[in-house]
Amino acid sequence: MTSATVQEVADKESPGIVPAIQTEDLRKTYKSARGDVEAVRGISLEVRPGEFFGLLGPNGAGKSTTIGMLTTLVHPTGGRALVAGHDVVKDTVAVKRRIGVVTQNNTLDMQLTVSENLEFRSRFFGLSSGEAKKRAAQLIDAFGLGERRKAMASDLSGGQARRLLIARALVHKPDVLFLDEPTAALDPQTRVNLWSILSVLHEQGQTVLLTTHYMEEAEELCDRIAVVDHGRVLAEGTVDELKQNAGAVTIVTLSFEEQIPQGFAERAGLADMHGVTSVEIDGDTLKVVSREPAGLLGELVAIGAREGLLVRDAATQKPSLETVFLTLTGREYRE
Amino acid sequence: MATTAIRPGGPGKGPAGADIGAAADGLAAASIAALVNDAPVPRPTLAKTFWAMMTREFRVLRRNAISTFTRSVMQPLLFVFVFAYVLPKIGGGMVVAGGGSGGGANFATILVPGLMASMLLMQGIMGTTMPLVMEFSWQRTIEDRALAPVPLRMLAIQKILAGAIQSFIGACIVFPIVLVVHAAGQAPHVDVTNWALLLVILVFGSTMTASLGLLLGTIMDPRKMQMLFAVILLPLTMLGCVYYPWSALHTIRWLQIATLVNPMVYMAEGLRAVLTPSLGHMPMWAVFLALIGGTLLFGYLGTRTFRNRVVN
Repeated sequence: MTSATVQEVADKESPGIVPAIQTEDLRKTYKSARGDVEAVRGISLEVRPGEFFGLLGPNGAGKSTTIGMLTTLVHPTGGRALVAGHDVVKDTVAVKRRIGVVTQNNTLDMQLTVSENLEFRSRFFGLSSGEAKKRAAQLIDAFGLGERRKAMASDLSGGQARRLLIARALVHKPDVLFLDEPTAALDPQTRVNLWSILSVLHEQGQTVLLTTHYMEEAEELCDRIAVVDHGRVLAEGTVDELKQNAGAVTIVTLSFEEQIPQGFAERAGLADMHGVTSVEIDGDTLKVVSREPAGLLGELVAIGAREGLLVRDAATQKPSLETVFLTLTGREYRE
Repeated sequence: MATTAIRPGGPGKGPAGADIGAAADGLAAASIAALVNDAPVPRPTLAKTFWAMMTREFRVLRRNAISTFTRSVMQPLLFVFVFAYVLPKIGGGMVVAGGGSGGGANFATILVPGLMASMLLMQGIMGTTMPLVMEFSWQRTIEDRALAPVPLRMLAIQKILAGAIQSFIGACIVFPIVLVVHAAGQAPHVDVTNWALLLVILVFGSTMTASLGLLLGTIMDPRKMQMLFAVILLPLTMLGCVYYPWSALHTIRWLQIATLVNPMVYMAEGLRAVLTPSLGHMPMWAVFLALIGGTLLFGYLGTRTFRNRVVN
């Protein structure tokens, strides 16, 4: 860790505070007979206590492998990682005591009821039988699972199971809560519910590291985001920082009443105006990507009118994580 | 000019933090907040966590008691029913049973230690391998237990202990069944002079099968589970001196030597030595060497493969 980041942390929190997560050039190469796969190629991150940090990237970007290494379930092949000040390789038990993990899979104990899942997890973390019952009841209330208290974990719906997984990860008041794709495969309403829960947890000072391949999820929840692809961090910062620093673009889309004539873009000199980086014409639709979009839409409408084209529909897509990703990788974001 | 396709529609703004008070589905923001602030301080120790895991095993065992009991009882019950009741009644089979070394021992007598040993193996594997294979299959529920605050080695040992207890209970259930189910005049001649020794053999037999169960559970491909019966359980049992004493194999010398690699043989012979001492049996030192050595060897290998399977 550099002295500058130490200072930043000290300024933000109390002096001498330990980062919640710290990785240096963390790497993982899976060896196989068909050749090695470099899943993570040197990730360096720092997450401060109380922060909601997101790892955003498409499937296969290396997010789950990274979370696996931070939660002691994947053995790094290079670099170093500390969670709550403890080395994830040398001091696995200390790390496990301080983390709560919601894995992508449904890892509930299917042989136990909802309540027992929470009770036994509490007892694994050293609570007495009485304390465990109390904690389980508290979690069941908070997560709205009261009516399913005695149901077997195998009988829960997807959304209920996901809530129970999160509740279970919180039994021992973890320093860091890891969530690996928590809303994947959930219906929109359940997803919004989970976002609410996570927001409240964050407001209460819970440190969270979340991986997601949903842009809007990262944008909605995270203080800071690292955009990850092919095992590397492409950019890191707050949503606003990413939008500014990554030179994020605005996309203006115009649909005209008729086909756009040949040579339209060249005659109008579209490529040379308003920081335009790309122009795409498809039948009656014009799509212009720009870094300086002020006034662009109006001008495009006027240019269209000069060519006798009437606008049927117009849309402006402001800089978003999606456009950031596009700028960083030159590729469309694939979910 | 580079053209780029952009997916239509921007990211929708979801519910902001302000909506949380009205969150749907009965979620109360205040009670979630309380979870973080009003939480008991966990003080895990290895012993507490280990005990909690064992308690969980007992809870599941108790819940599945009827099916576990039925599963354990059916095979030995039908076996003694056919071989110690039906066959003597219809006048067949006894030729097979009476032969060999026994010198007048009926088949029921040979079956008592044999079926108990068979049950040790069956339950040890059922209690360890089956749950492990499930836990390592597609949802990898093993990750849940692997995140408990103990070294993975402890988790492996806990699995062995849980399996061993099931195995031990299984053998204890079989004992009275094989004693009482038989045709008139076909009662097995069981003569236990050293109960402590019987207990010790059952204990080490259980730990050995459970350790073997751990090893199998961590090296088996879940998609090839049916192979477990064909390739492991069936040959171990049929060639494990369950249905004949090892000493009787002297007429097939090569088989007698070949069966020495079968851990089942030592359980059956150990039990034979304490249950039916009048029949010929293997020396006790060989039995103990195999049972304790097997526990340590399978336990060591199984713990290693377990860790390698859990941590990628």
